[in-house]
Amino acid sequence: MFTELLGAHFVHTALIAGAIVAVVCGLMGPFVVTRGMAFAVHGTAELGLTGAAGGLLIGVSAATGALAGSLAVGVLFGVLGLRGRDRDTATGTVLAAGLGLGVLFLYLSRKYATTGFGLLFGDITAVSDHQLHILTLVCGALLLALIVIGRPLWFASVDPETAEARGVPTRTLGIVFPVLLAAAVAETIQVTGVLLILTLVITPAAAAQYLASRPSAVFASSVAISLGSTIGGILLALAQSWPTSFFISSLSFTAYILARLLAVVRR
Amino acid sequence: MTDPIVALSHVAAGYGQRALWNDLDLVVERGEFLVVLGANGTGKTTLLRMLLGLQQPTAGEVHVLGRAPRRGDPHIGYLPQQHGFDEQLPLRGVDLIRLGLDGHRWGVPLRSNNTRARVAAALADVGANSYANQAIGRLSGGEQQRLRLAQALVADPVLLLADEPLLSLDPAAQQAVAALLDQRRTSKGTAVVLVTHEINPLLPYADRVLYLANGQWAIGPTREVLTSETLTRLYGAPVDVLDIRGRLIIVGGDEASTGMPGDHPHHVHDDSGRHVH
Repeated sequence: MFTELLGAHFVHTALIAGAIVAVVCGLMGPFVVTRGMAFAVHGTAELGLTGAAGGLLIGVSAATGALAGSLAVGVLFGVLGLRGRDRDTATGTVLAAGLGLGVLFLYLSRKYATTGFGLLFGDITAVSDHQLHILTLVCGALLLALIVIGRPLWFASVDPETAEARGVPTRTLGIVFPVLLAAAVAETIQVTGVLLILTLVITPAAAAQYLASRPSAVFASSVAISLGSTIGGILLALAQSWPTSFFISSLSFTAYILARLLAVVRR
Repeated sequence: MTDPIVALSHVAAGYGQRALWNDLDLVVERGEFLVVLGANGTGKTTLLRMLLGLQQPTAGEVHVLGRAPRRGDPHIGYLPQQHGFDEQLPLRGVDLIRLGLDGHRWGVPLRSNNTRARVAAALADVGANSYANQAIGRLSGGEQQRLRLAQALVADPVLLLADEPLLSLDPAAQQAVAALLDQRRTSKGTAVVLVTHEINPLLPYADRVLYLANGQWAIGPTREVLTSETLTRLYGAPVDVLDIRGRLIIVGGDEASTGMPGDHPHHVHDDSGRHVH
């Protein structure tokens, strides 16, 4: 049964989509963690749901709608450029309103039960060839963007005052990064669902922080944990037909616990 | 005849309707150590931001190395007001210093021997070799400040701007950081413009003091500016400067502090340049 499934086309699609998304999330994670944007990621994902439901309602795909919804929110968060408590409050307010709208869209599109569930908890086996193409294009563009802006973005994330003085356009990056993040979130929704987005965007980077203090090692560990959890989760879901998202989140959380234990032992 | 490092003529600063100071004339020469004193909200950080090209004067002309300040000028090193790094921050001392060298560049970081050598030299200059490879958030305030200083100096600036570099350091660390700053300007001729509340650790090194108060200013050798007469004139209220065994104690009006009178906590000037009332 397991080996038969490994040969199936939809499994290949799922593995490729999962791997691509995992690499992007693994690279975004350390930026998200150092910039304290966990809640903003969650908010972006929930409004991705609103976008997806809206997409279904007007007859475009859920994935396209999610991308549009997330990007709109990413731009909004970027332009508002709020810090700390202001941002938390604004994020909470916007996402509650948006999510309410998403519920209505789902109801009106008459796919409340089936699609709604998939969007919330992820349904990676439902990724079509067409969606995989878009996902590859979006993630490819994100990787390219990260390669170009990665170093100044890192400078602006860990040491904003000096970065600004050294000529890093910290304000522009503060707008650009949430937009890149929103695109990554929209693609990740297809793998983990809206509610489990942080399992790939936050958890691997959080674990990596306990494994290393050299930035390159932290990024590498974050990608490795993200990739391992996603591929491992998909394979486990083939062997035991429980939800993929459950396995992915269990694996990344296990990595986090082990990393923290290791950090305690090392000291 | 070479240009001075910093030249301000008739410069005014402010936000909207509120003027911080007016008609400021200032020249800083190579190797000079200028200390900027004044209460919160008098525009000390604003002066630094102006020299960094991050804020425009409302009047007058600002020149750094003979030209208008521009953002990211590699000739300027900047030591921002200290806030401790987060304990879990994935960053070591060497990484912080390296960002000071090439952190502003786009694209893939390339490691060259030259980069490594410059980072190593900057580390050695501040004596931070033994902890440079540890997570920076777990180091003491004094150790973090040495690393920040190495970061500010790694690109070999001719002007170093420091915003409260001695804040929240213990006396020994204050002495050490102040001595390192002095050593740099005497050995390499780097001009230092340093904003502080606390003049005493810097008394042995400061060439001149710029004192900002009530929208006015006074500049001159330390012992000429920090006198009862000058400060009384600036504040328009009685201020006494006492010299006790080489330490200056300034007592102004009903408030007393070492270094400066008249702190106005209800009028705080934060480093983003906004005002919090």
